[in-house]
Amino acid sequence: MRLSTRKLLDRSFTGVGLFSILLMGLALLFILGPIFSKGVGALVFRQTVEHRRFLLDKLQRGSPKNLADEVRQVQEARQPVYADIAALDDKITSGPRAERRQYRQYQEPLNELKKLVRELLGPLPGESVPLITTEQYGQTRWDRAEKKAQQILFIEEYDYSDPTKMGVRILKPRVEQFRGTPVEPLFDYLNQHLEEMLRPRWTFYAGFLFDMPFDSYMLGGIWPSILGTFYLTLGAMLLAAPLGIVAAVYFVEYGDENFLSSQLFSLIPRGKSTPESSDSLRDRAFKIAVQAERNMVSMLRICVSTLAGVPSIVFGLFGLAFLIQTIHLSETKSVLAGSATLALLILPTIIRASEEAIRSVPHSYREAAVGLGAGKWRTIWTVILPAALPGILTGTIISMGRAAGETAPIIFTAAVSLGTPLSPLQALSQPTPALPWSIYVLSTEHAALDQIRHVQYGMVFVLILLVLGLNFTAILLRARIARKLRG
Amino acid sequence: MQATLEQPIAMQAPVSYRVDASSAASVRSESTGKAVIAAENFFIYYGTHAAVREVTIQIPPGKVTAIIGPSGCGKSTFLRAINRMNDLIPSCHTAGLLSLDGVDIYAPRLDVVSLRQRVGMVFQKPNPFPKSIFDNIAYGPRLFGVRNRRVLQEIVEKSLRRAALWDEVKDRLDANALGFSGGQQQRLCIARALAVNPEVLLMDEPASALDPRSTARIEDLIGELRGAYTIVIVTHNMQQAARVSDHTAFFYEGELVEFGATRKLFTKPEKKATEDYITGRFG
Repeated sequence: MRLSTRKLLDRSFTGVGLFSILLMGLALLFILGPIFSKGVGALVFRQTVEHRRFLLDKLQRGSPKNLADEVRQVQEARQPVYADIAALDDKITSGPRAERRQYRQYQEPLNELKKLVRELLGPLPGESVPLITTEQYGQTRWDRAEKKAQQILFIEEYDYSDPTKMGVRILKPRVEQFRGTPVEPLFDYLNQHLEEMLRPRWTFYAGFLFDMPFDSYMLGGIWPSILGTFYLTLGAMLLAAPLGIVAAVYFVEYGDENFLSSQLFSLIPRGKSTPESSDSLRDRAFKIAVQAERNMVSMLRICVSTLAGVPSIVFGLFGLAFLIQTIHLSETKSVLAGSATLALLILPTIIRASEEAIRSVPHSYREAAVGLGAGKWRTIWTVILPAALPGILTGTIISMGRAAGETAPIIFTAAVSLGTPLSPLQALSQPTPALPWSIYVLSTEHAALDQIRHVQYGMVFVLILLVLGLNFTAILLRARIARKLRG
Repeated sequence: MQATLEQPIAMQAPVSYRVDASSAASVRSESTGKAVIAAENFFIYYGTHAAVREVTIQIPPGKVTAIIGPSGCGKSTFLRAINRMNDLIPSCHTAGLLSLDGVDIYAPRLDVVSLRQRVGMVFQKPNPFPKSIFDNIAYGPRLFGVRNRRVLQEIVEKSLRRAALWDEVKDRLDANALGFSGGQQQRLCIARALAVNPEVLLMDEPASALDPRSTARIEDLIGELRGAYTIVIVTHNMQQAARVSDHTAFFYEGELVEFGATRKLFTKPEKKATEDYITGRFG
């Protein structure tokens, strides 16, 4: 091959590699970008006066005096809206008979309008206070308020007249329904004075993270979920890492070297007289034992590999059937049972990575330690494991992210939709909400999904941050250890 | 550790490691270096293949003995048998007698740990642990239960001085050993072996991975250690064997062909094979 061809090949190979890395980076950006920007929206947004009222009423946050002023101004701005509605209501219900009949047709549209206004601004004057927290207040977020206002201004309809096409969205001004009624000016007024009615203000709402959930996450509050995920991940690591590392040590240091059979047969004295007369019965038995042990070790290896391929929901069911129902690790679902299930799930990854790491420790370290008189255990503990630590950490990092993000294994073993933040001790016996599970529940079972999209994005955002944070810490740790080892 | 040391056939660990701090400060400055390594009809097998056959030799104490021979002649295997490094290889077993001061090295109840404390080893490639210089040297003493920092410091300094490395590293004892040159690393490994006060020092081609300058320093070091320790060195380099050793053993195809004073073996070998080898006719 000519030199120029070789160079060209070499360059194009480098180019392809670089391109693929770039592509991956872009894809990551493409995925993470929207999640991050929308997720941040759960924390940083324009809060309306309704949000401030909620915070003061329910959580005693903010200044009562300022808010009272604000509420007075807001009420002033809202007065015309309420007045218009009341006027039409009056005509329908208590006007002269002829008028009542004339206005009866407005009953339905007015009820619809009232419902929407209630959703936008909270209960109308004179109405009783609803039981559900969210219904006691209007829109707490400006972006949602604007959408709601659009719904008031326009009726959304779909035109299905052409069967060959998707329905075409048509926006009809709602004002058309109220021509000639006292409500007619309401729409223009609402359009122009929405800000005065809700007084949006940029805010950083830390309560999204650190509060308890209100009304099925309508107002954020994901602290129990964050704590739950933290406990589950930590618990899984604490259970899986030592087990996995010990298993890896066995596979590498003992499994390959007929440890069990050698130990067994070292108890039986060897005939040492001459090389030729080595007692053949002992040798034959030893060979059989070695073969049996080899088979066992390779079986174990296959088991570990298989375990890595088992669908995670199966682990969940196993956790329920074995950990909870058979050995009664806890009475019901609990963080402990969930952690144990997750630990089983990530065990193969940790074993594999640790095995590789231990295997790659130079043999010369072993020789040096043994040559100085260290026993096997001492060698592993003081030389091999420290040298393999960066590699072991890598496997641990990967599995940590997996444990934090898994939903299926905790469905039956640990997760509940709503719960209180647990103390570490309570975590042994009590279930907890967890981020992946909460995200799943919100997206499948929530009554008003479009109302809490931001909460979902916020949760995803926090979950990703949590995993990235954990990974970052571990990566820093690994880099520090690796630097120390390299010298 | 204590329990194993008290086993009946256990080789006696030097007094300094069984008593702590106060007396450990008086680690004897001169090793007795009088351990006699003797092999009698000694065989080493890898599986069924005999790598070393029928070796009978008495390695004189306090002297430097070189083992030479072509690759695969079993010289390294024999060397590693002396402190039972071959135990790491599962298929390896021995027959015949190999003894240190009359005690069978392969006796079933022998305490391998104290054997290896008496018989130190330096390997072909420098293999310091990825730890600090201090921790490298202190590894052995710590194994034998020395915990006192001050005592450890003394041992570290003494060992580094003996290995002629102290002046180069005394300000960098906390630096990672892997950051030093190959020659320095090898002298560090020698210091590490000396730190447990061995009587015998086994060297498996200690200079073969080093440049000529570092090799010269290692050879000088061996010269300085002569008399204090029984040194057995395996080497491919016949000039090196001639330079550093008092006695030389020539191994060929697993058998000990000739053993004698270095000067005599290199000038008037008794066997034809020895002559052929040292004159470069084969190997």
